[in-house]
Amino acid sequence: MKSEILLGDEAVGLGAIHAGLYKAYSYPGTPASEIMEYLIKASQKRKNFHASWCVNEKVAYEEALGVSFAGRRSLVSMKHVGLNVAADPFMNSAVTGTNGGLVVAVADDPSMHSSQNEQDSRYYAHFAQVFCFEPSNPQEAYEMTRKAFDISEKTNVPVMVRLVTRLSHSRSRVQPYPSQKPDSIQYGKWEDWTLLPVNARRRFKILVEKQPNLVELSNRSEFNSLTLNKKNSQLGIITSGIAYNYVLENYLQNNAIPSLLKIGAYPLPANLIQDLVRQVETLLIVEEGYPFIEKNLRGQFGISGKKIKGKLSGDLPLTGELSPDLVRKALEMPPYSTHFLEDSPLASRPPKLCQGCPHADTFHALNEVLRSRSGANVFSDIGCYTLGALPPYNAVHTCVCMGASVSMAKGGADAGVDPSIAVIGDSTFAHSGITPLLDAARVKANMTVIILDNEVVAMTGGQPTFASGEELDRIARGVGVEEKHIRVITPLPKNKEKNIRVMKEEIDYKGLSVIIASRECVQEARKRKKKRG
Amino acid sequence: MKQDVILAGVGGQGILSIAFVIDNAALKESLNFKQAEVHGMAQRGGAVQSHLRLSDSSIYSDLIPKGKADMILSVEPLETLRYLEYLAPEGLIITSQSPYENIPDYPDRDKVINQVRKVNEARLIDSLKLARKAGSAKTQNMVMLGAASRHLIIKEKNLLRFIQVLFESRGRSLVDMNIQAFYLGQEAVKT
Repeated sequence: MKSEILLGDEAVGLGAIHAGLYKAYSYPGTPASEIMEYLIKASQKRKNFHASWCVNEKVAYEEALGVSFAGRRSLVSMKHVGLNVAADPFMNSAVTGTNGGLVVAVADDPSMHSSQNEQDSRYYAHFAQVFCFEPSNPQEAYEMTRKAFDISEKTNVPVMVRLVTRLSHSRSRVQPYPSQKPDSIQYGKWEDWTLLPVNARRRFKILVEKQPNLVELSNRSEFNSLTLNKKNSQLGIITSGIAYNYVLENYLQNNAIPSLLKIGAYPLPANLIQDLVRQVETLLIVEEGYPFIEKNLRGQFGISGKKIKGKLSGDLPLTGELSPDLVRKALEMPPYSTHFLEDSPLASRPPKLCQGCPHADTFHALNEVLRSRSGANVFSDIGCYTLGALPPYNAVHTCVCMGASVSMAKGGADAGVDPSIAVIGDSTFAHSGITPLLDAARVKANMTVIILDNEVVAMTGGQPTFASGEELDRIARGVGVEEKHIRVITPLPKNKEKNIRVMKEEIDYKGLSVIIASRECVQEARKRKKKRG
Repeated sequence: MKQDVILAGVGGQGILSIAFVIDNAALKESLNFKQAEVHGMAQRGGAVQSHLRLSDSSIYSDLIPKGKADMILSVEPLETLRYLEYLAPEGLIITSQSPYENIPDYPDRDKVINQVRKVNEARLIDSLKLARKAGSAKTQNMVMLGAASRHLIIKEKNLLRFIQVLFESRGRSLVDMNIQAFYLGQEAVKT
């Protein structure tokens, strides 16, 4: 087969297709979005599988689980914090078990390039007691995703493929091999899939009893490999995923690589670790994310007679992503000579709202209204508009997780914040803003929700939204917001005075109001124009 | 044979298009390559960079170690300085001298240029002027690719071939404009 140039994310997509994927689901989120982007594009050409965006990660996971129940192979992909949203079905799917292979591809974001934390999804795989792969390059991402479907069906548990930003967005050549055909339909058994306590207790026992088998699979996995250097009993290295590349980079000009265990499959391969530990005095653990391997190895008391180096010992940083340079330092090699900047630090160039962005017009109007209302707080959400926290807007004061703007504004109002305002994008509102709005409507909470409707999921590259324009109006009415307090504005400079008037009226109203600020994202408008030619 | 290049610019300037052309040309020439890029939030007018590594043997790290880049190829002079510590002592800078001033504290323009010039092997290109000459300020990225072309370990004909692939869906005139930008950049670099 012809080799292809693929991002790590895209390689996961191709691996799933070649494994006989039947259906794939996702919600956009950097750095995972390109998995689904790739699958949707491919599904338009191949037609033998389906791929679609969902309203949020929990829904995506459950839809994938439904496909697994029916005996077919499914993939669900998301960014690391998306798995928090999908944690309920994820944890429980380990108990029901899988029927058709179910693979969950999760992309972590160490250094928080586009995220609010750097949680390590390997802990989730460990927590749910499922098998997990961690590729180090796009070729492995392809191969491991294919293998993940087989292991899921062999062990009847979902299998995680854990990526990190640097792999998700690293492009290189991938050599594919012939694909499998999708399975035919075959339903799961009700007594396995109905988690009444009577069934769940039995199923959980099965999951726990499977664990030694998973460790054995991991010991024998082709993706876990131990290379011993009998001449060096001093140092041994345990590394995984992308971190493996940084270790090898530093031994390019040197053949004397110490004994090295490369981990690409979890649970941790106990036998291989023991074989390495026996061989050396000092262990250096190099892993991207939290010190997961290191903590497991160290336990409470360490390993008697052995020195363990890594993030916990301070040889590598506990926050931020790794680099070949940081790993070089931990290997006690001298840095390369280089150029230095004389006038540092350099002016930084942070991201900002685009020229002509509708959110900017909304923020300018909102700032003007709130200038005379000293107790105001603006609770924001996840999206381009979070950039409204930065100058020149300084317009929002919180950003925590998807949907939290609406619920925190309700909590704020309960605690006496007045006026209490939420700003949330159309897609984030569909993702998890509707349920808290229902909550607020039940008690007519004294707050104003401004839905920034730009008709698209903008920050992640322009995926389709699930609710925009008229639909938002109908949803607000449907959950119980009074019709006369649902207002629609068009955020444009020429409408500024009019919009200020509407905002004032609704913010001063002692009850729940919703303002829908509707205007298409400028990036999308540009793309649409380009397509038309 | 290997070449490590830091591509730099501002979100929207098209450095991923430069990467697309080089990646595909490298594949055509059966070279190994790895290219780490930035997606998401930074693409909204922020500083963007891509680590592009070419080699006829194995490539491990997706990121270039500091002090090991053979070239910084940048569409913006301030962005060139941002990655200076990646450049090898004998490394080459090929940069636009046209500032992209979308921040309030953009430093003095001459200071920026002077700092770039302190690196022995620095080539500064008036990419904005040349891009306009080619037909659009948006072709600055291809001007810079052209300026770097004789220093890359990739054949010129393969670069041109994938510039064609990149733009052909948007019409012949856009292909021609970008190829002209490439040649104008190439001519602007004497050595």
